[in-house]
Amino acid sequence: MSLILDHVNYVYGDDTPLAVKALDDICLTIPDGQFIGIIGHTGSGKSTLMQHLNGLLKASDGSIYFNGEDIYDKDYDMKKLRSKVGLVFQYPEHQLFEVDVFTDVCFGPKNLGLDQREVELRAYDALRKVGLPDELFYQSPFDLSGGQKRRVAIAGVLAMKPEVLILDEPTAGLDPRGRDEILGQIKKLQTETGMTILLVSHSMEDVAEYVDRIIVMNKGKVMYDDEPKKVFRHYKELEEVGLAAPQVTYIMHALKEKGLNVDVDATTIEEATRQIYKALTE
Amino acid sequence: MGIIKTKNVVYEYIRRDEDGNVEGITKAVDDVNLDINQGDFIAILGHNGSGKSTLAKHLNAILNPTEGTVWVDGMDTNDESQLWNIRQTAGMVFQNPDNQIIGQVVEEDVGFGPENIGVPTKEIWERVEESLRAVGMYQFRKHSPNKLSGGQKQRVSIAGVLAMHPKCIVLDEPTAMLDPNGRKEVIRAIRGLNDVEGVTVILITHYMEEIIHADKVFVMDQGKIAMEGTPREIFSQVEKLKNLRLDVPQITLLAYELQKKGILLPDGILTIKEFIQALHL
Repeated sequence: MSLILDHVNYVYGDDTPLAVKALDDICLTIPDGQFIGIIGHTGSGKSTLMQHLNGLLKASDGSIYFNGEDIYDKDYDMKKLRSKVGLVFQYPEHQLFEVDVFTDVCFGPKNLGLDQREVELRAYDALRKVGLPDELFYQSPFDLSGGQKRRVAIAGVLAMKPEVLILDEPTAGLDPRGRDEILGQIKKLQTETGMTILLVSHSMEDVAEYVDRIIVMNKGKVMYDDEPKKVFRHYKELEEVGLAAPQVTYIMHALKEKGLNVDVDATTIEEATRQIYKALTE
Repeated sequence: MGIIKTKNVVYEYIRRDEDGNVEGITKAVDDVNLDINQGDFIAILGHNGSGKSTLAKHLNAILNPTEGTVWVDGMDTNDESQLWNIRQTAGMVFQNPDNQIIGQVVEEDVGFGPENIGVPTKEIWERVEESLRAVGMYQFRKHSPNKLSGGQKQRVSIAGVLAMHPKCIVLDEPTAMLDPNGRKEVIRAIRGLNDVEGVTVILITHYMEEIIHADKVFVMDQGKIAMEGTPREIFSQVEKLKNLRLDVPQITLLAYELQKKGILLPDGILTIKEFIQALHL
């Protein structure tokens, strides 16, 4: 079930001369438990699409169904949708504000009207899930490192117990280890809890490494929607729309051109190492 | 003396609690010595919190050292009477282009700096034109910055610094918020400034691929310079970099993994071309 988008259109600045069609006839089905990467150049409509999924923007035309219910129905409970579809914005650490980490994470569930015990249980659980060490729970969020702050911000959304988690470039500005740690935790979350994850990313290497399915956005339309291997076969077309394939894809193509018998579909270092080793030792 | 020189630079943050009492002192920069030659392309790597941004802010007197001295083109950054000359000599570009653009039209934005230091009008326009051409944004001079892509905006920010005719540009993660194409455009523009215009470049980044052409790489950890060398020397030390929360370019990592499996390859391969040559294909 989960999320279904049916011919969704969105126009910015409608009835002005500057009207821009940001989403153009989007049809997507997002089943439970998938890890999906959304890629596209700046201005391709990724963020606009994400903001539709929890009702922050309302489609100019078309319908969105969450667990079988039309979210644009007059008596649909938008507040419930927003707690079920969690959105982590870019640089979410800018939204931290409480005196300590634990209180900050409690803010969301407290606003759901839950009792204090449940609020604290959820906050504790969420902080564990993002891998934040216990001794940091009562520190000021502003004393933490960039990667730690970001994990606290993600925990704030997780404490709402969403069924779908949308992350808009969660690794921007983090050092390489910080990137791996955050994405590793998210992957673990998906496999252990079956949560649906949508990851907006500009890093093709990250997307290739972690997701099951890639949606490529271009000019407000879905350009490709497939498993990573198949999407990156179109690396030339991706370049034309301001994207790229993972660096490994280019390496494999260059080797193949030089006559080495490797599978050009390899997109991660691990696969590439195996392929090249096999080809060299055969 | 080089264009930028630092001697035993230390910078301490004083942490205070809510009532303003001193809680402790953090040494963000700890005894850093740099000597950067005019025209060099320098890269600074380091994990979040390693002190690279704090160090960068010393290079045009946004911050002054707690101990030690920083010279920009021979001027001591503690000498307040030289402040404007220092800032003109060493320009700075930050991560988020939206925070750096103020003009309603691209060419006005680029002209803002020179206008403020009283450059004659005719020369302002000449500087605007040459700066926008240098970053490949001349055809957008009449556009509104709001309508540009991230990479284009960031190139406008760089043009704005360039119009001040600096000898040195410090860029603090200029590509962190950009898509792959935007990253490529910005890096190409930066390399052009260095190769063609001879501007000294100091690039701080978390993307290892961006610095394989640098003349020298400094790696920071806990406020200190932990490693320094050419990109090849630095990227040959895969495990050490990983321990410092960093990485190597993907091609370097691939070659390293194959080495571990017994394939004969030299250390520190940086490009696909080198990789193919090393495999004798």
